[in-house]
Amino acid sequence: MPLIRNFAIIAHIDHGKSTLADRLIQHAGLVPDREFRDQLLDTMDIERERGITIKSQTVALPYTAADGQQYTLNLIDTPGHVDFSYEVSRALASCEGVLLLVDASQGVEAQTLANLYAAMEHDLEVVPVINKIDLPAADIEMAREAIDTELGLDGDDALLCSAKMGTGIEEVMAAVVERLPPPVGDADAPLAALIFDANYDVFRGTIVSMRVMQGTVRAGDVIRTMSNNVTYKVEEVGFFRLEREPRKKLSAGEVGYLIAGIKTVSDTRVGDTITLDKAPAESILAGFTMSKPVVFSSIYPVANDEYPSLVDALEKYSLNDASLEYEKDSSVALGQGFRCGFLGLLHLEIVQERLEREFDQSLIMTVPSVEYRIHLNNGTEIAVDNPAYYPDPVAIDKVEEPYIRASILMPERYMGVVMKLCMERRADNTNFTYPSPGRMEFTAEMPLAEVIFDFYDRLKSVTQGYGSFDYDLIGYRTGDVVKVDILVNSEPVDALSLIVHRENARARALQACEGLREEIPRQQFRIAIQGAIGGKIIARKTINAFRKDVTAKCYGGDISRKRKLLEKQKKGKKRMKMVGNVEIPQKAFVAVLKTNNE
Amino acid sequence: MSDDPDGGAPAGLYVHVPFCHSKCPYCDFFSEVGSGLQSAFVDAALREAEHHAAGRGPFDTLYLGGGTPSVLSPDGLAALVEGLGRVCSFTPDAEITLEVNPDDVTPRVAKLWRELGLNRISVGAQSFNEDELRFLGRRHTAHGALRALEAVREHGPPNLSIDLIYGFCGQSSTSLRESIDSAFSFAPDHLSCYQLTLEPRTVFGRRHARGELQRLGEEEERTCFLIVADAIRSRDFDHYEISNFARTSLVRSRHNQKYWCHTETIGLGPAAHSYRDGRRRWNVTDVADYVERVRGKGDATVGSESLTQKQIRLETLLLGLRTANGISVDFARTIDSGLDIVAALVHEGLVTMGGGRVTPTLQGFLLADGLPLRFDLE
Repeated sequence: MPLIRNFAIIAHIDHGKSTLADRLIQHAGLVPDREFRDQLLDTMDIERERGITIKSQTVALPYTAADGQQYTLNLIDTPGHVDFSYEVSRALASCEGVLLLVDASQGVEAQTLANLYAAMEHDLEVVPVINKIDLPAADIEMAREAIDTELGLDGDDALLCSAKMGTGIEEVMAAVVERLPPPVGDADAPLAALIFDANYDVFRGTIVSMRVMQGTVRAGDVIRTMSNNVTYKVEEVGFFRLEREPRKKLSAGEVGYLIAGIKTVSDTRVGDTITLDKAPAESILAGFTMSKPVVFSSIYPVANDEYPSLVDALEKYSLNDASLEYEKDSSVALGQGFRCGFLGLLHLEIVQERLEREFDQSLIMTVPSVEYRIHLNNGTEIAVDNPAYYPDPVAIDKVEEPYIRASILMPERYMGVVMKLCMERRADNTNFTYPSPGRMEFTAEMPLAEVIFDFYDRLKSVTQGYGSFDYDLIGYRTGDVVKVDILVNSEPVDALSLIVHRENARARALQACEGLREEIPRQQFRIAIQGAIGGKIIARKTINAFRKDVTAKCYGGDISRKRKLLEKQKKGKKRMKMVGNVEIPQKAFVAVLKTNNE
Repeated sequence: MSDDPDGGAPAGLYVHVPFCHSKCPYCDFFSEVGSGLQSAFVDAALREAEHHAAGRGPFDTLYLGGGTPSVLSPDGLAALVEGLGRVCSFTPDAEITLEVNPDDVTPRVAKLWRELGLNRISVGAQSFNEDELRFLGRRHTAHGALRALEAVREHGPPNLSIDLIYGFCGQSSTSLRESIDSAFSFAPDHLSCYQLTLEPRTVFGRRHARGELQRLGEEEERTCFLIVADAIRSRDFDHYEISNFARTSLVRSRHNQKYWCHTETIGLGPAAHSYRDGRRRWNVTDVADYVERVRGKGDATVGSESLTQKQIRLETLLLGLRTANGISVDFARTIDSGLDIVAALVHEGLVTMGGGRVTPTLQGFLLADGLPLRFDLE
């Protein structure tokens, strides 16, 4: 056991976590240089493109230290976004220490801090690493200073490296051995292994990633997951190299995988404890919770006949993403679809992008919503995340909405614009500190609903990319919330209904009406597009009818041409949705929902 | 009139005479200027008639269109008309139309046309306003148009149709009304009034694309259309198609109506289209090529299409809803929710129902391009 180290790399987005991971893998000799591909752990295209890790992966790095001993360094990769903070916390619980990456040109950012706090909660040893020292804009002294003042760590202890150039990698590996403690735990005690991830493999089913805290597990054992008391027979255990490497057993302190005929990843729960059925551990490991979705949206296929294909795609997708919740939903305008719950807005975007790219789906997504708690006059309380189920306003006593504490780190000069943006989003209890000269951390309590609507993009834009953002959910508060319906010739377009703060209702309704007005083609009759709260119209746009739409000549040689034009137009019509007597092209929904989402 | 293809009516014969003295900047019909192939064309057309039309008929219409058929020399025209009379059979009361340009009309040729047995002359006056005629690139003057019409009326065949073009920048509602009044001073049997269309492959189309020539706004086009319809309808004319008006329903263009109800038509000459039994074919668009092909095998077809039942039904809608005949209620009934759609259109004032037919109103004519889209033929 002294020859094992379990560690993670934590960093703000884009501070070079994946690149460093790649270098460590390369340095350990797991891949020949010529087969080396950037960001090996980020196996999904979308991860590589966005430079973030969505699904964490783990790899055991062999390392011969200066003392001549052969070590196994288990690098536990963590998802790099606040949406996945629970997964991050479980991964950290599997480690004894972390490398905390700081970009030499950017210093400490919001997530650097958030990640450090998470590591400290787990009593992990933290080794600061200043990365990107090769950049012309690198300022190592500034970075050391920031580590001192903003993180409260010793900046002089920081390692220096350039993951991109491959410099300082050996020092990083040596520090993992020298500065991080080895795991402790009794291999003969009853088994307790922490599940920190699960992936789906078409041939083997669910591959559980786990850290054995105590005891030993072998192929052939009957195990039990303690949260739900389900038993499985272990088919295989082993280490992660770049591929799986079977072993006879995994013992206390080791990190590896387990295959036990678990059909989907939803049958496992990140944070759950695996024990032996016949000799169980006394209690489940601390920190287990079920992750709960906080952002909701309905997804529909662009064409109704693609619904079966969407069903199939969602089933396959969710094999590997246990945090996506979904159930059937239907819309008069858009047909059959699904109501989905996401861990956050990024999670939503990832699901959408992966369904579109990897599963070739064309999707329409409704305006994201949070979950409201609605207290009715009759004393009951209901939770509503879908405008379709919003009760009649007269039956409502009060509505509560989820609040977050937002933390924004930025250069001081952006304070004014950030403050303004947050106040527009109903920020309250604002506070700011100066972690270092010229930098400020702004915190505020805000409705989550205000953040899922284009907040992050606006923040990036007003701070010219220098603002970084993180948040925690802090509970529910009363809010003046209304449901806005969008009507086309008096027929509600259900898919466009939204739940918004009353102050924003008119602006959002107008925006939707205008979007529809631009995208719905003129028809032979006038079309009224309205936004309404209950029976009260709060916004209106009109599409005038055609006044003259006729070609002058239609003789022998013109007929085919005219028919072909009609055939083309009819084809276009087939992709339209009927709301009352009005044909609405798909792109109108997309346009409206896009402006609403962005 | 039936909605069914053919409907048992006699077939019509069309000859496309592909010559003009000059190209008008708005016109996208095929023609060649200064061609020396006129007599070769006449020979070829007769040869093509032998190939395609001889065994068919009797035809109850012959339509000499163009191009400018009046460009043909008197001898050439006589050879064509008399030749067709020999090769093809016609009903005794066949409608025989000649399209003419005012500057080709003299009392002498008008008389000749009548003697040749032509009984309907369509005069391309287009306007009776000097400025407008210049804008339209016409060779004749307003005075020339008046003289031509006088000659046709005095010496020519009995049945007179006049073509007008309207709806362009620079035309006032007054001058539009005055042109209509001038046309009516000749007691025409028929008027064809076409809103100017800026066709892409014309001089006007290119000028429009370059931003040098504006199309009228939708509202102005609508106003022009209503002025024309109102001025002509108020004289009790029969507005039987978007752009066509007849003194009585008896003097509607028998030939053109064949296009609008899928009656068999045989088109001779370059670029001419023929239709029969759900199949449409068309000739090569080049005079020399046409002459050569016909010399070889009597045929100059370069393209054809066989319409599916669905396509025929779509054309029935598109053509029917451009005419006062409309479509039959029985036909509408065969369309999924067809009668519901008809009811909605009645409610919107775009069609009326009566006598077993669904007939577009004036408002319906104004929106005719979109009417077939309201029906779902799936």
